[in-house]
Amino acid sequence: MLELKGIRQVFRSGQDQVVALDGIDLLLDRGDFLTIIGSNGAGKSTLLDVIAGVLVPTAGRVLVGGLDLTATPAWRRARRIGRIVQNPLSGTAPTMTIAENMALAMKRSGRSFFPALTKRRRRQFALALSTLGMGLEHRLDVPAFLLSGGERQALTVTMATLAKPDILLLDEHTAALDPANGKLIADLTEAHVKRTRLVTLAVTHNMEQAIHLGNRLIMMHQGAIVLSLEGEEKSKTSVGQLVELFSRRHIVDDALLLEAAS
Amino acid sequence: MVALLMHAAEQGLVFGIAALGVFISYRILRFPDLTVDGSFVTGAAIASSLIVVQGLDPALALALAFAAGCLAGMLTGFLHTRLGITDLLAGVLSMIMLYSINLRIMGKPTISLLRAETITNVISRILAPVGSAAILVFLAGVALVVKLLLDLFLKTEVGLALRATGDNEAMITAQGVNTKTMKVAGLALSNGLVALSGGLVAHYSGFVDIGMGIGTIVTGLAAVILGGSLIRSRRAGWMTASVLLGSLIYRTAVMFALRYGYAIGFQASDLKLVTSLLVIVALVIPTFRDRFLQRRRPC
Repeated sequence: MLELKGIRQVFRSGQDQVVALDGIDLLLDRGDFLTIIGSNGAGKSTLLDVIAGVLVPTAGRVLVGGLDLTATPAWRRARRIGRIVQNPLSGTAPTMTIAENMALAMKRSGRSFFPALTKRRRRQFALALSTLGMGLEHRLDVPAFLLSGGERQALTVTMATLAKPDILLLDEHTAALDPANGKLIADLTEAHVKRTRLVTLAVTHNMEQAIHLGNRLIMMHQGAIVLSLEGEEKSKTSVGQLVELFSRRHIVDDALLLEAAS
Repeated sequence: MVALLMHAAEQGLVFGIAALGVFISYRILRFPDLTVDGSFVTGAAIASSLIVVQGLDPALALALAFAAGCLAGMLTGFLHTRLGITDLLAGVLSMIMLYSINLRIMGKPTISLLRAETITNVISRILAPVGSAAILVFLAGVALVVKLLLDLFLKTEVGLALRATGDNEAMITAQGVNTKTMKVAGLALSNGLVALSGGLVAHYSGFVDIGMGIGTIVTGLAAVILGGSLIRSRRAGWMTASVLLGSLIYRTAVMFALRYGYAIGFQASDLKLVTSLLVIVALVIPTFRDRFLQRRRPC
């Protein structure tokens, strides 16, 4: 379904260059749920940017359902790829109402000159929102900026489900929320992913989440995949083991840094 | 006094159409578009030279003025989205280019329409039964039709995408909208309305002057901001109504200033200075009010 072949992403600024992604190969099938962990600067978000089309990789190819989308602009990929980011403010148009935001998310191509909000659609939106149990279905005409962070993120997840994408990218989408709301959004996302069997990639800093969510896990470091766990192997790994693997990497790094310094 | 108010209302409506254009770029796209200072004259020049030189039907001439304004807006959109020139500079460049183009269209810096068949002549004949109110009725009709069509458009799927382009560009890109195309289209519509307004002003006042567009952006902003402070709604219909209301109030105020301002030494030539100062105050008030009230508002 989603295939990444030898993705390299190099950022240049004058003489300086940073290798953000250094030869990423990845193959995900329908229904796969991959969690991605790694320290800051490991290249996790850059990887999602490449998949979403925000960045065109320096080298390598992005294939979705056998189609080469490497150079396809982000807006054209939107029909197949949905993305939810950490900041709840990012996923909605603030001055537009809940219903208008949902109408924007529902039709991702071939927008028409017909009214966006029909009675039928409003009912459909209300129904989708009622499953959240937040009462948002009664606030369809409230602008999004009046919602709390949790409400906005719940709306964003609901919007992502309306569009029925093939691939869902989650970029620490629960990290900015309080624990209760974070749990709610995580559960909501998981339920949706299970129901629709789409390909999901989720960046997280929460080790427990990384193990319990989904069927695959990768750890990234300095732009490369340094650990890949799958199925049983993944579910049997404890948080402690994962943290140890994680920090061992860092200790090695620190040692290298010290060496380089002296 | 009644004649004076009627005159102010006519001006408020005819310039209100340009203000609706500025509303699209400034409020919806959040794009401070200076092209309008040029495209206003482009509309006036096209609508006038076509009836004077070609003897074209005035309504058709006005339609072509609208189309010419759309092209001007697309030029700015192209400079900004495809060539990567910043919004303000793209507008300034278009405005300056239009100055030369407008002179080419007009052939000379001013055109008189005294002997030409203008839309106002036609309307005065058709609406003869209402007498001196004919022009006011006509302009109110045009402004209302423009407003209602704009309201309808802003509620369509494409209209929603246009609004979201100004509201949260990253989000709407992720929803499958090419924001570059939306900006070009929005600027085209905006400048089309400004040019239509310019054409109507030319027919209404009976002349075109190459400098008549100076400050269109500021008077447009004055109407948008003034109206927006009186009607605080985010619904499309109320927002466009507020722009027309703002334009009416602004033109009435200008009329009184020109009529009675001499008492405090006010001259017609001071108008642009005073208008700009008003816009500065209107722009600054929300910032200071929020700072004092410690209230946060979106954008």
